[in-house]
Amino acid sequence: MRQLAGEFFMNGDIACAEGAISAGCRFFAGYPITPATEIAERMAERLPEVGGLFIQMEDELASMNAILGASWGGVKSMTATSGPGFSLMMENFGLGIMLETPCVLANVQRAGPSTGLPTLVAQGDMMQARWGAHGCYSVIALSPGSPQEMYDYTIKAFNLSEKYRLPVLLMADAAVGHMSEKVVIPPPDDIKLFSRRKPTVPPEKYLPYQPGADLVPPMAIAGEGYRFHVTGLTHDERGYPVMTAEAQDKLIRRLVGKIEQNQDDIIEIESDWLDDAEVVVCAYGISARIAKFAVERAREEGIKAGMLKLVTVWPFPEQTIRQLAKKIKAFVVPEINCGQISLEVERCAGGAAATVLVPHMGGGVHRPETIVEAIRKAAR
Amino acid sequence: MSREEIVIGGFGGQGIILAGYIVGKAAAIYDKKNVTFTQDYGPEARGGACRAQVVISDSQVSYPYVETPSVLAVMSQEAYTKYTPALRPDGCLLIDEELVKPDKTAREIFAIPATRIAQELGRAAVANIVMLGFLTAVTKIVSTEAIKKSVLDSVPKGTGELNMKAFERGYACGLEKLKAAGKK
Repeated sequence: MRQLAGEFFMNGDIACAEGAISAGCRFFAGYPITPATEIAERMAERLPEVGGLFIQMEDELASMNAILGASWGGVKSMTATSGPGFSLMMENFGLGIMLETPCVLANVQRAGPSTGLPTLVAQGDMMQARWGAHGCYSVIALSPGSPQEMYDYTIKAFNLSEKYRLPVLLMADAAVGHMSEKVVIPPPDDIKLFSRRKPTVPPEKYLPYQPGADLVPPMAIAGEGYRFHVTGLTHDERGYPVMTAEAQDKLIRRLVGKIEQNQDDIIEIESDWLDDAEVVVCAYGISARIAKFAVERAREEGIKAGMLKLVTVWPFPEQTIRQLAKKIKAFVVPEINCGQISLEVERCAGGAAATVLVPHMGGGVHRPETIVEAIRKAAR
Repeated sequence: MSREEIVIGGFGGQGIILAGYIVGKAAAIYDKKNVTFTQDYGPEARGGACRAQVVISDSQVSYPYVETPSVLAVMSQEAYTKYTPALRPDGCLLIDEELVKPDKTAREIFAIPATRIAQELGRAAVANIVMLGFLTAVTKIVSTEAIKKSVLDSVPKGTGELNMKAFERGYACGLEKLKAAGKK
């Protein structure tokens, strides 16, 4: 058994692992944690079958560092964790951002803070995904709502990480991770993959952090004849530390800019019934499918409700929200936390449309009726 | 739109979650339906209450959880007490009669000594598959062919024959009970 193809009945965690295999991931380092453990288990079983390597590390700090190292060794790599482990990975996630290292970090979210509800769903880490490491930077995060999306978005996450050279976050949750549905895996030849651009200049002319027009520098692989230096310190194009405000300004503007400048390529949304919508439900992950169910019910009642699903939560689709805000009454934002992405919606709506948060503290998903009721109120 | 909701309840170690997975896979992969299988369990490895939920629908399943089960199979008293109130009025209740003592109810109950049958076959572990055979015969919610394939896909290598025997015993018992109830 090498790469799978066909129809499978699998849970979201296993689908994530298979997505990684399809994307060409051949290194996984991790530390088991409910509800993400099945990703590690599956990778431990599957990686040796495809010539890859699995290591169970001593903790989450080491796991994150190991996948950064593997990536510099030229191998697509990933790790997977949940709340407490995600907190531990934040420091080296920031290192990955600074070193511009392609890799994927899956967070199968559970209810926190701290140990919280280990086996139960939440979406409480969405702002941690954006701001969890110290300093100023931009991230890419995707939020799958079904096992099929776990498979598909994991591939997307790898492609985006390779293209824009950063650790990409797959922000799943316990509900999706532990839910089984049919997953269609295409034959390997039908899967579009993107691999990091490598330097084309001769080794003596190579500057490891000299970007192209897309602000992304080509990446040399250790052992291929190119000399490079990587450091968590602020660095110049050569990769050497430069401790000045000017160097910091130049580097950070580029790290943020490579996401901002390319956001049309990165941002992905799905929408339904937006044309005549007066109330738009904006949701992501597991909440998006519950929200869609609620929007369908509201439509049956004659309410002009629309659905905006965030495939990528970060970078946030500011323009879409701004434009919609001008023509609708309100956004309804159900999320399994006490208000995170709703703050972004409210910011971008800028008062042009109301923003109604439908919070859930975690341990379960919204009852569709709760969202329908919020839509009814917002439509009045 | 038809939406069937199946709940299988019991305690950790009985193979409840596997039973739910097998039903889900049978319906999704072999019967080509839209299916979502979810599971509830606590932090305990064994002995805690657990529940498998399977939603089978003609259209895409947006809401993935069971609200009012149309089929409820219970293999512990706790699961019986906890989940029976939500069962649809016309829903089908199946119990392991040696593990569940139902209270006085007007509702029709399909009872099978699934665990005892499994013990007779030499392995209590196949009680879940006995129950699946029973459930398939009584409810016809998945095709017999589909669920047999799914059982064989899902059980450990070398146990296929035993599991098929378990399935057939449960299935035969289901047909008998249906006959006794005057249904086909």
